[in-house]
Amino acid sequence: MTETASTTTTAGQGVGESARRPDAVLKVTGEFAYASDLWLDGMVWGVTLRSPHPSAWIRSIDVGPALKIDGVLAVLTHEDVPGVKFFGLDRRDQPVLAIDQVRYQGEPVALVAADHPETARRAAAAIVVDYEVRAAVTDPRQATDVVRHQPVRRGDTFEAEVVVTGEYEVGMQDQAFLGPESGLAVPAEDGGVDLYIATQWLHVDRDQLAPCLGLPHDKVRLTLSGVGGAFGAREDLSMQVHACMLALRLNRPVKIVYGREESFFGHVHRHPALMRYEHGATRDGRLVYVKADILLDGGAYCSSSPAVVGNAASLGVGPYEVPNVRVDATGVYTNNPPCGAMRGFGAVQACYAYESQMDRLAEACGLSPVEIRVRNAVSQGSRLITGQLIDAPAPLAGMLRDLESMPLPEGPPATDLRALPGGVSQTTRGEAVRRGVGYGVGIKNICFSEGFDDYSTARVRAELVGGEPHVTVHTAAAEVGQGLVTLQAQIARTELGIANVTVATADTAVGSAGSSSASRQSYVTGGAVRAACEAVRKRFDGLPAREALERFGPIEETREYRHRPTYPMDPVTGQGDSHTQLALCVHRAVVDVDVELGLVKVVELAAVQDVGRVLNPQALEGQIHGGSAQGLGLALMEEIQVRDGLVLNPSFTDYLIPTILDMPPMQTKILENPDPAAPYGLRGAGEPPTLSSTPAIAAAVRAATGLRLTRVPIRPEDIALFNNGEVSDGKRT
Amino acid sequence: MRVNGAAESLDVEPWVSLLDALRDRLGVTGPKKGCDQGACGACTVLADGVRINACLALAVQYDGKEITTIEGLATGDDLHPLQAAFIRHDGLQCGYCTPGQICSAVAMLAEHRAGMPSAVTERSGELDEAEIRERMSGNLCRCGAYNGIVDAIKDVAGQEAR
Ligand code: FES
Ligand code: FES
Repeated sequence: MTETASTTTTAGQGVGESARRPDAVLKVTGEFAYASDLWLDGMVWGVTLRSPHPSAWIRSIDVGPALKIDGVLAVLTHEDVPGVKFFGLDRRDQPVLAIDQVRYQGEPVALVAADHPETARRAAAAIVVDYEVRAAVTDPRQATDVVRHQPVRRGDTFEAEVVVTGEYEVGMQDQAFLGPESGLAVPAEDGGVDLYIATQWLHVDRDQLAPCLGLPHDKVRLTLSGVGGAFGAREDLSMQVHACMLALRLNRPVKIVYGREESFFGHVHRHPALMRYEHGATRDGRLVYVKADILLDGGAYCSSSPAVVGNAASLGVGPYEVPNVRVDATGVYTNNPPCGAMRGFGAVQACYAYESQMDRLAEACGLSPVEIRVRNAVSQGSRLITGQLIDAPAPLAGMLRDLESMPLPEGPPATDLRALPGGVSQTTRGEAVRRGVGYGVGIKNICFSEGFDDYSTARVRAELVGGEPHVTVHTAAAEVGQGLVTLQAQIARTELGIANVTVATADTAVGSAGSSSASRQSYVTGGAVRAACEAVRKRFDGLPAREALERFGPIEETREYRHRPTYPMDPVTGQGDSHTQLALCVHRAVVDVDVELGLVKVVELAAVQDVGRVLNPQALEGQIHGGSAQGLGLALMEEIQVRDGLVLNPSFTDYLIPTILDMPPMQTKILENPDPAAPYGLRGAGEPPTLSSTPAIAAAVRAATGLRLTRVPIRPEDIALFNNGEVSDGKRT
Repeated sequence: MRVNGAAESLDVEPWVSLLDALRDRLGVTGPKKGCDQGACGACTVLADGVRINACLALAVQYDGKEITTIEGLATGDDLHPLQAAFIRHDGLQCGYCTPGQICSAVAMLAEHRAGMPSAVTERSGELDEAEIRERMSGNLCRCGAYNGIVDAIKDVAGQEAR
């Protein structure tokens, strides 16, 4: 039922090599069991009834008609929640099932279990909910309920020779993982429950689940099932409590799988942002001050908004030396879809805005985009606007020079349709195609910040199996596609000199590993695995592995690993050492734009990233490509369109993500300037490329069109409608 | 219907999709459901060698046909050359799109060998990178493993040409 991975590998590939994914064969043969593939005899299906309104009172819920349908086994509402009725990552503000009111479209209201998913769906549709619709707050500028406001204050000079201002907007992006939310809850004989689930963080799921179910923690056991991508969307609970409630009520296994449309309502999104920036500089382009107002729409519930706001504030001006700063980042509650974690976490939105500003400043000072950035670039020894010292290498100026010197692709295109913007939808011979080049720079915190107790646990066991030394690595860390299982095995091979390694399926039988987010698992779980391996090795007593295991028998050690502590930001000044590690990535984008049709083709992306130490070159390349692709999506196509609190495009036909045709070839250059504080000197790598690709592409489109384009995603009409010589800011009127 | 070489007979309602019949009735869960509306390609299988989105096909239409899913490509322990190439070139991360990508690529190479045009090229020209992208554009990969996927297919196409 639950084979997720037989993760034994025998290849002798250690840290620094392109070790093969231990789950690769299962994944290419279709044997790998994703959460949606789970099956158990006697299991039944759960379905969720959701609110059609962004804001309403619930006068009554009549479950009678649903219960009358043949095959229906249970219908549950908030009254049936056995324990605490609320959950949440940061604040317990989200009801398991709506109580008396709904605050966003898609909020869960009731649950149905039936012997067939179709029956359950029909029954859910038969439930009668009497809503009293009320006014919804859908404009974040009108919102009065603040999740968090974080100022950053530094210096008091807010005058300069050159001043550029701009207002910028970022649309709501979706993680759009391909494998929808899914889980299987199995009631246990001890009155507890076992949940097989695709998630990013087993223990924080359990910590929210157990109180809602009214069970002690040890009676709620979670096992990681195959995860079809995550990107932040699995950090919050989706169907976890629901499946367990139904399973416990019926004393039968219950499976819940979301369809694509439900998935759009079933997880948080990236916060849309409205931003106002003012940059002041000397005539030769040195930054004097930055003022920024960043407004993030958190939607109906808190989720991880406070931490997102913290990142937007502390990283709000980018990796530049700025002596005087007034940044205000604010997250608000509205009746829009809840927003939370997505790859880049709070650093993405500001990055688009401050990089757009740097381009304007370059223009105002008569400098190239690279030159303006080099003149203001941070380096080791610089301070962030929070006053935090950058104590590890941060060779931004050199990275930009490297990027600039990479060869440019040939072009602009001939008349080959495949090379023109729009491909087959191109209706011209490319007469209006213009080429543009743009640059983008991003800085991202790695690991959890602001005083969070961020750690991971690893259990490592060495023993002889059939006379051969063998290692088992057991953690609760979620493999979501990033290749963490590969790395865990690499570390064990390198540290213990034993080729045969099994990475056990992640579950809550071992201590927490923290979340597979914030680009932190190589660092923290990697650190824990290494520490546990070192402890095992110590017990070898200097003997070779085989001899030691023959003499001492199996050896097992468990270790926790913590990164250097971080500290809260001062609530008034924003000062404080809030991050433990910072990572840089720079992008150059080359685009062809059909300025009449508004179609954009990204011809090439080039990236330079400093990863401290390469642990797996091939997997790293994959992370840079993947992050760049998601940044491309935000720049050119991805947006959940919300009107009056209602989502207009919850499908893959209307919410567009980059295809293989949209993804350009990439040149990458990897730098290895080790961070002495991190295991192996590594620097987290998954998120930074997501930041810098978006502003680079936007800048390239501006260069090609001459338009100001202050909003992403850039839509065809933003270009085509303004292509008759008039000056436009790229905003729809 | 034959699925991966084995005869299967089942009674399904006329509205059941081939994807649901495979996954829920026959327990063949290699083909994935990413959207259930023909937009992502995760459900791609081969019907008499032709690639189709199983979510858009009704099971009853495939009465008597030979269906090949990702589970049917390897020969014993020997991976299909495309499966091996996807591993070699790391053309996957989470792997959820992979069964569809590989089935699609198998049929795409056969289409190209048979001289079938793509949407933009009139006749089968050289299977270069642009042409591979064009012919694989129905399969989404959210992890962005596209460049590895292109390399894997190019590798196998090159082996075939030799
Ligand atoms: S599930 Fe068939 S195309 Fe997406
Ligand atoms: S590998 Fe995750 S969707 Fe393609």
